Amino acid sequence: MDRPRGLAFYLLAGVFALYVLFLYGPTLTILALSFQGPSGGLTFPMNGVSTHWFAKLWEGVGVVDIWAALRRSLALGLVVMALTVTIAFYAGIAFRKGFRGAGLVFALAVSSLIVPSIVVSLGIGLEFRLLDDAIKALAAATGWGFLEDHGTLMGLYTSALGAHLTWTLPFGLLIMFAVFNRFDPAYEEAARDLGASGPQTLRHVVVPILAPALVGVALFGFTLSFDELARTSQAIGGRNTLPLELQGLTTTVTTPEIYALGTMTTAVSALVIGTALGLTLWLQKRRARRAMAGLR
Amino acid sequence: MTDLALPAAETAARTAAPTVAGRPRRRTLAYLQAAPLALVFLVFLVVPLVLTGIVSLWEYNEYEIIPALTLQNYADVFDGCLSADLCTTLRTYLSTVKFVALTLAITLPLGFAIAYFLAFYIRSGTVRMGLFLLCTIPFWTSNVIRMISWIPLLGRNGLVNDTLRALGLIRAPIEGLLYSDFAVVLAFVHLDTVFMIVPIFNSLARIDRRLIEAARDCGASGAQILWTVILPLAKPGIAIGTIFVTTLVMGDFVTVGVMGGQQIASVGKVIQVQMAYLQFPAAAANAMVLLAAVLLMILGLTRMIDLRREL
Repeated sequence: MDRPRGLAFYLLAGVFALYVLFLYGPTLTILALSFQGPSGGLTFPMNGVSTHWFAKLWEGVGVVDIWAALRRSLALGLVVMALTVTIAFYAGIAFRKGFRGAGLVFALAVSSLIVPSIVVSLGIGLEFRLLDDAIKALAAATGWGFLEDHGTLMGLYTSALGAHLTWTLPFGLLIMFAVFNRFDPAYEEAARDLGASGPQTLRHVVVPILAPALVGVALFGFTLSFDELARTSQAIGGRNTLPLELQGLTTTVTTPEIYALGTMTTAVSALVIGTALGLTLWLQKRRARRAMAGLR
Repeated sequence: MTDLALPAAETAARTAAPTVAGRPRRRTLAYLQAAPLALVFLVFLVVPLVLTGIVSLWEYNEYEIIPALTLQNYADVFDGCLSADLCTTLRTYLSTVKFVALTLAITLPLGFAIAYFLAFYIRSGTVRMGLFLLCTIPFWTSNVIRMISWIPLLGRNGLVNDTLRALGLIRAPIEGLLYSDFAVVLAFVHLDTVFMIVPIFNSLARIDRRLIEAARDCGASGAQILWTVILPLAKPGIAIGTIFVTTLVMGDFVTVGVMGGQQIASVGKVIQVQMAYLQFPAAAANAMVLLAAVLLMILGLTRMIDLRREL
């Protein structure tokens, strides 16, 4: 709208500015407070500036092994990221071609977002418990040695991975839809006319063009998994992910150590987001440069 | 008015819909490519939900669950609901629905105002994208961290109380800022407004600007344009945002737990506690009731829109 900026503009700009302050203010507060001096408490004023609480964090928080939890969350996040990109990309291609049951699969993806997380989590937890029971019953019935000391199938790379995928894949799929809607099939036809095979077209034409979007899907996959809590809660075995440990710590830790932990996880997320955005920009720039070079 | 906007949406839908019905080999390939996705949803969504439905009909005691049909779990859920005072379940649902209503009442106008500002008042595409990212980046960081970051602000000796005291507006600190209904709603708004902004922005961004020009040429005022042109065209985005916020708040147990100081009941929390006490059939029955409630709430909304056309 090319209108002179009237009162409405300034009002809305004010609302927007306040919202951004509301959005980032609290996080910035704990960022500052995580550098609280050794004698400082959970609130202002700051009693000096120190990295005391980060040092304490480095030594570990009470009985909880926070670093093992961090490693688990990072590893799971990377696996979820890789799977989300791959599965969503191929599913996007399949939806574009069309197949019988496409409507049903799409409905499933949407339901996966809409069904409350606690219900999904409980369902997966139940599923794995029943599987364990079945295996134990089988061991008792057959006396097969290798089943005798079966513990549980529930774990980071089974039930928790599945729970995370039910959350990341719908987002990945929706992004792929949006991307393919704007994708010009002429590129593929040109490649095919020039004699490229299906996989060649995919590898040399489709993937490079969609690269920025795929980075976006990867970003969604990793960060959503890294911070996932509700769906993981009932679907993980004995070893918790970082967000689960964090939730437990909110009721027990009463020192700025928890802010230091918050600053650290936010830094990991910020690092991933920054890298992904930078990579996207770089890919777009490179493409623009190559297009220019092609024109000359 | 709606008809005018349709052609653009139609073309978009057509490119997404099957372009090549073609050769059988391509068909087989499509099945293979979609199979992993379908498999994940089958194993980690459909089967779990079916099992939850089955287990909700099983008996249980302190030690184990017994595969014998009973409706007792559902009877327990609604135990006492027919008597004069409300049963626990009904009260819990009322409290949760209250949170849904309050959160929607704030996030809907707020999300719309922000999306409207970004879509219509920011002229440069780069600036718009930058500001849009500014709104969505916190969505990619930890919810628990974002909740505890309210402690130094709202606590008894927090920034808000201290400031108000320094200004002489209050003498004793306000107690109910943290660990209260207020804190819970505040956190919901803080965490979930982005789910309103993104779909509404998406709807607004695809409104054909010529429609607005035409309305103005015909003499419509700003308010009239907003009410009769923009709002109807933004309805799908509003519906999607409302669905998101509704399900997020209905199923929540973390926000209510952390921000309510573990004192406020919510449906999700009931389920979580029952799981912790290994009362799986009871938890499953509660989950089924919650699922039914959520599906009923969004049924009307989903009828209004064709989600795939919105992308």
